[in-house]
Amino acid sequence: MEPLIIAGKVFSSRLFTGTGKFSSSSVMEEALLASGSELVTVALKRVDMRNEQDDILTHLSHKQFSLLPNTSGVRNAKEAVFAAKLAREALETNWLKLEIHPDPKYLLPDPIETLKAAEELVKLGFIVLPYVHADPVLCKRLEEVGTAAVMPLGSPIGSNKGLKTLDFLEIIIEQSKVPVVVDAGIGAPSHAAAAMELGADAVLVNTAIAVAEDPIQMGIAFKMAVEAGRMAFEAKLGKISEHAEASSPLTAFLED
Amino acid sequence: MFREVFEKYNWEEVKRGIYALQDHHVRAALEKDRQGMEDFMALISPAAVPYLERMAAMSRDLTRKRFGRTIQLFAPLYLSNECQNICTYCGFSFDNRIKRRTLTDQEILTEAQALKAMGYEHILLVTGEAAERVGVDYIQNALRLLRPLFSHLAMEVQPLEEEEYSRLIPEGLNTVLVYQETYDPVAYKDFHPKGKKANFNYRLNTPDRLGRAGAFKIGLGALLGLSDWRTDSFFNALHLDYLEKTYWQTKYSVSFPRLRPAEKVVLQEACMSEKELLQLICAYRIFNGEVELSISTRESEKFRDNILQLGITSMSAGSATNPGGYAVEPQSLEQFEVCDQRSAKQVSEMIRSKGYEVMWKDWDRAYQPESTKTEIINAI
Repeated sequence: MEPLIIAGKVFSSRLFTGTGKFSSSSVMEEALLASGSELVTVALKRVDMRNEQDDILTHLSHKQFSLLPNTSGVRNAKEAVFAAKLAREALETNWLKLEIHPDPKYLLPDPIETLKAAEELVKLGFIVLPYVHADPVLCKRLEEVGTAAVMPLGSPIGSNKGLKTLDFLEIIIEQSKVPVVVDAGIGAPSHAAAAMELGADAVLVNTAIAVAEDPIQMGIAFKMAVEAGRMAFEAKLGKISEHAEASSPLTAFLED
Repeated sequence: MFREVFEKYNWEEVKRGIYALQDHHVRAALEKDRQGMEDFMALISPAAVPYLERMAAMSRDLTRKRFGRTIQLFAPLYLSNECQNICTYCGFSFDNRIKRRTLTDQEILTEAQALKAMGYEHILLVTGEAAERVGVDYIQNALRLLRPLFSHLAMEVQPLEEEEYSRLIPEGLNTVLVYQETYDPVAYKDFHPKGKKANFNYRLNTPDRLGRAGAFKIGLGALLGLSDWRTDSFFNALHLDYLEKTYWQTKYSVSFPRLRPAEKVVLQEACMSEKELLQLICAYRIFNGEVELSISTRESEKFRDNILQLGITSMSAGSATNPGGYAVEPQSLEQFEVCDQRSAKQVSEMIRSKGYEVMWKDWDRAYQPESTKTEIINAI
């Protein structure tokens, strides 16, 4: 399988993961290790950046993982930029998952503030991966201001509903010059496989792994699904057809 | 303002409506994908009692989906027990002859260190209502003292003006709890005969003022046991629903302060059992999958140990409900009697033993930059 490259960094796993909602940090650690994930997003509000012994960070200190701090909790561009600078300093990475969802109920991203913040953060030297609605025009605008990828949602975050935005994801994947990471709403390995078959460059999964009865087995299941989906994409799926194409009734006369 | 919504309803009519609901209303409410106010009414009605086990399973699953297997822990920090209100159920009531105390700067810091040592990052500042001694200046000063020490500051004090909230939020204030106590105007008058608190409507519109000031989170609740808890809970849910739609950028939590039967002010018919409290918590979760639900140390160990898997997302532990109660003067009189007296450490061990993670920190000072005033994007 082709490796994935984002901002010059090579990933052999196309499964990105999150760190929330696990029953303990050690379960999180085991599940994420088992998933093969190499990019792990962590909410700034959950970690104690002043504490070197922070529980979450300690459990993530494996060579396998690169950290992707996220700004979950901020409500506008100004707060996002402030939080991002602090994250860069404390966690020593300029990678950032930009999340601005002022609506705390469905956590839907604010497109206007996200674009504003992305533009500023790129200028400040951040590698920005913005979480956005599956809006093809917004994704192009973000690409133009220099984000390293785009992360459109499949369905509302934590909903496990799968790829409800399928038609728009297809357009985004078709048009994008930067990697497309389908984020949010992926509730089952089959959803992840479907996103990969579609041509998404990666998927980000959190709730479905964290909340499973057995998060470790579920981590492995997602790893396999993402690999299968990608492999199928690279192997080029056959076309879906409504009817059989065995004969050519309209043009067969040419051969007579 | 919520008052306009509230005035479209009549307490007695709502109460009759809830008690008239039947089995088929409950079943219809449970089958829906999205529950509205009428479904909430059915779920808190006596007709829903036979469905408690099913409601508990739904509530547990919905809570896990949204919040995972985590419980956020916080502790109250009582700053003062001075109070000019007469609330006949409260230990700090003006007419109670108790020693009054307001913590000095040094005492606040001593208490704060004790809480830090227990592991707390989220604290709730509590005062009575004594505008001269414990006014906005005092609170502002307390926030300035505490902001460098904790990740998340909440407060539960008298209702303030919008401008006063706007002044405190940039000082690091994240969450404000303001309970209506009861939405029953008649009972409200009986329990609050004197002081500024006697103004029912001013209190009722407080969450609106908070929303306009851009509070990050608003905590609602009714003091269960002052009047019919079902009717009170209907209005509390209506309040929540209105606020979520109006101040859509604000988070909400609901608490369940329950007057226990032993407390002498409780009317026998208004008294709420543990079973009914569980019904109410499950009904809230089914009605609203995203709202934070909080339980205090007023409840018993056994109840808390079990409820944490069934809908609750945050709880206090190791609480002292008297100013200076952690380190300065642990023996002083409490606002209410704590039932679960286990330490923070014991409670966190219990939570872990249930397969849940203790979330000490779920906010960061970085999210409220000191230099920037909170901008209110949705001008109402």
